[in-house]
Amino acid sequence: MPEAAPLWAALVLPAALCLGAVAAAGFDAVVGGGAGRSGSGVLGTASAPLREGLRLLAQQRRTTPSADVALGRVGLGLVPVAAVLAAAVVPWGFVSVTDPAVGIVWFNAMEVLAWAAVWLAGWGPNSVLSLIGGYRFLAQGLAYELPHMFALTTAGLGAESLRVSDVVGAQQGLWFAVWMPAAFAVYLLSAAAMSYWGPFGYPLGGDAAGGAVAEYSGVDRLLLLGGRWLLLVATAAFSVPLFLGGGQGPLLPGWAWTLLKTAAVLAVLIAARRMLPVLRADRYMEFAWMVLVPLTLLQALFVAVVVLNR
Amino acid sequence: MLDDTVFWVLSALAVGSGIMVFRFDSMARATYALLLSLLCVGGLLILLGLDYLGVVIVLMMTIEMAIMGVFMVMYMMNPAGLVPMSMLHNKKGAAALCTGVFLLMALGIVLAPWPPRAGTAEEDPTRALGESLMGPQMLTMMTLGFALFSTIVATVLLATHRGRYDRLGDDLRARRADDPVPGGVGR
Repeated sequence: MPEAAPLWAALVLPAALCLGAVAAAGFDAVVGGGAGRSGSGVLGTASAPLREGLRLLAQQRRTTPSADVALGRVGLGLVPVAAVLAAAVVPWGFVSVTDPAVGIVWFNAMEVLAWAAVWLAGWGPNSVLSLIGGYRFLAQGLAYELPHMFALTTAGLGAESLRVSDVVGAQQGLWFAVWMPAAFAVYLLSAAAMSYWGPFGYPLGGDAAGGAVAEYSGVDRLLLLGGRWLLLVATAAFSVPLFLGGGQGPLLPGWAWTLLKTAAVLAVLIAARRMLPVLRADRYMEFAWMVLVPLTLLQALFVAVVVLNR
Repeated sequence: MLDDTVFWVLSALAVGSGIMVFRFDSMARATYALLLSLLCVGGLLILLGLDYLGVVIVLMMTIEMAIMGVFMVMYMMNPAGLVPMSMLHNKKGAAALCTGVFLLMALGIVLAPWPPRAGTAEEDPTRALGESLMGPQMLTMMTLGFALFSTIVATVLLATHRGRYDRLGDDLRARRADDPVPGGVGR
């Protein structure tokens, strides 16, 4: 069933991911209630993130004294680049840009690069508040990453392969989300958390005056804030081949099902953001270590026993 | 041809950024130069067909270096990490030692009588490597892994400032944990 994508797909991928991010950010702006303001229709509100992005492109760059410019810019650039590289293994229908034998590990490795990049971006400007933002994500990311890794492993375990197309193939008839609900739920939680977004927005939190992004303006700010949306879209899209049967479904072609399912997952994540406050980090971290890690391990054990008896 | 180019570019980057670890005077830069070097090594392993090991090196080394960076900044006594400082102690001795070891290993590679390839390459080189490394010594490896893990747990237990007896009383019967900062599971 899996096919090799043509070479031009590698060029289309970043554009498609950006399009997805703009659409998701627009939807978020509408859900956030911006449409209620006088003088702006739904369309005006939905395009607000895009206009803000264009405005940032034209804005002047802020500089700080004795900044580590090189490291900061490496971090800023790495966030969107890692998101695009992660999305390279996500199948669109049944076709992905690349389908390596270790696709799941590759996806995780790219997410982790983005995690380290946020610290770099926070370190760069030589400013207290942005450094606090970077350190926050470094500490919290560990608590997010472990359950996340176990959730990813569980899907690979169910398919007995780390190749993404094999995971999709193993879900004919029964989605992994159905018989691995805990892994799926933890994946969704950590998808939002690894993109330091919504209820997990601490690293860029308002209580630290913007955290890692505090000192950035113009294109720097666009890279970090836009990269965050790219990460969110990529992680939401990856939940489809992992847990929701990929492009499988009746009537419609594979690519349409991928699009529909990704949109549904994104809608759930965005709605959850609007309904939940920013979670207190210390509470969530203890919850992650004490509840989510054992829970995902038990889920993996359950799946392993099922697979062994198949 | 492409493989050769990738090999030389990655090798040059790995060695170059490895040298920069000792040239940089900022702990953050030194740490991330080391990370770049290790990422290139991961790429070289992928080039050898060891996909899993290569990607796992990228994954684990990124996590490790990101955490190590914090400790480097913390321990190296330049709080902002931006103050110029040297990574080198005993400069001449260290340089002589490093060059010596490098030459010794490189000479070993060049002078060793490598056997010609017998048969064809395995279909899954990662599996073949794992079996030839660990196959006969699985029991040793399992014991070693268990010993290492117990050591980590024991060290954390000894080093922790507040254990469960501090939090829940000597008989572990307290209904609420006695924590300086409230919040979390069951509180």
